[in-house]
Amino acid sequence: MPAARVIARLDVKGPNLVKGIHLEGLRVMGDPQQFAHRYYAEGADEILYVDIVASLYGRNNILEVVRRTAEAVFVPMTVAGGLRRIEDVRDALRSGADKVAINTAAVARPALIREVSEAFGSQCVVLSIQTKKIGPDRWEAYTDNGRERSGRDALEWAAQGVELGAGELLVTSVDHEGTQKGMDLEFLRKVTALVDVPVIAGGGAGTPEHACRAITEAGADAVALASVLHYRKHTVGEIKARLAQADVPVRSSA
Amino acid sequence: MSAARPVVIVDYGRGNLWSVCQAVAAVGGEPLLSAEPAVVRAAEQLVLPGVGAFGDAMAGLRARGLDDAVLAFAATGRPLLGVCLGMQLLLEASTEFGHHAGLGLIAGRVDRLPAPVAGARYKIPNVGWCRLEPAPGGAPWTESVFAAVKPGDFAYFVHSYAAHPADPRHRLADIDLGVAPVSAAITAGPITGCQFHPEKSGEVGLAILRAFVARA
Repeated sequence: MPAARVIARLDVKGPNLVKGIHLEGLRVMGDPQQFAHRYYAEGADEILYVDIVASLYGRNNILEVVRRTAEAVFVPMTVAGGLRRIEDVRDALRSGADKVAINTAAVARPALIREVSEAFGSQCVVLSIQTKKIGPDRWEAYTDNGRERSGRDALEWAAQGVELGAGELLVTSVDHEGTQKGMDLEFLRKVTALVDVPVIAGGGAGTPEHACRAITEAGADAVALASVLHYRKHTVGEIKARLAQADVPVRSSA
Repeated sequence: MSAARPVVIVDYGRGNLWSVCQAVAAVGGEPLLSAEPAVVRAAEQLVLPGVGAFGDAMAGLRARGLDDAVLAFAATGRPLLGVCLGMQLLLEASTEFGHHAGLGLIAGRVDRLPAPVAGARYKIPNVGWCRLEPAPGGAPWTESVFAAVKPGDFAYFVHSYAAHPADPRHRLADIDLGVAPVSAAITAGPITGCQFHPEKSGEVGLAILRAFVARA
């Protein structure tokens, strides 16, 4: 069985790593590459780069960051933000990315998921779903980094995305994002029971325990962490130590 | 011996070669991407990468005359490393989307991973970090590019098909998916194939590439 993954998520705006709360209220943290190197050294299993302004302005300036990161970071990288066309995906993969995560463009045109998975394989298509709870057992998918409602039921959208060829889901709770108060286990349980592709849990982890519960209690295959790492509250190694303690298989860090 | 000799990486339009180049450079090699049969033939060390479908990749090699070039290189006895699909191409044939002949440098075939049964601990494609274990009755690691790898070290996999070498002594490493052992690496003399991506497998992957680059 593949090991559970600890993924470092880096939100990038222009040349800077930024961090927000509820995907809003940005704070500049520094050079994204330096953070990526640190997390690689700490044993991160994957790096997730999110260009948070790309879908606003319809352009993608993150590939240079990815290219330079690939010079010294030798774990898989996923790129998200502003990918709209097959050509955008090809450029990302040529720059050293292994996967792309798509949200806004897929909501606008779901066939994009199928086109990308047919061209490059489903293993490199991650459907990114940002969720807000809108009622008992009801979540809506959001786009544009949690700014826009999609009108889609998040669970139905997850199932449809997998049917179209998404090889993985990145689920980020807009309600929990940046709060460091814990992940949306309720939604995670529902989505992991629904689909048979790996689910990456994102948004809200503030402690190793939060990350662990997403995996042991909600069935996630991976956790994507940002604030908890960026503010040096915990290292990747500490998160993994907690997982190992709970008998979750993790890659031992060098 | 000479660090200045380039490690030639076969560029036949398939796969993410940027990362392979960076990893080769990180371990002291000088990567050279080439689609030229003459360059491939004359290489001191050759990396055959690959992502995608077997038949399509073989067609890509043939269209550029690179299949014969890789065979001619292999005949010199210099070190060859196949990565991911590039590892599968080393075998005689694959059943991916029909039946396709491979390079035939190692006897055996490539078949789809067995369908996960109820309670299986893997999915297809098998994507993620899996533990490398010595293959029972297989090639010893000590003399191989795995010399610095420890049993149980993790490597990064992305695959739906797996290699089945005809001779068990050509198996270098396996992963355990809870069914029959699945080939993680194969070897025959100076030829090595890795199903996983050493360029994405952290320090373990770099150790393998370092050993490969140092072989010339």
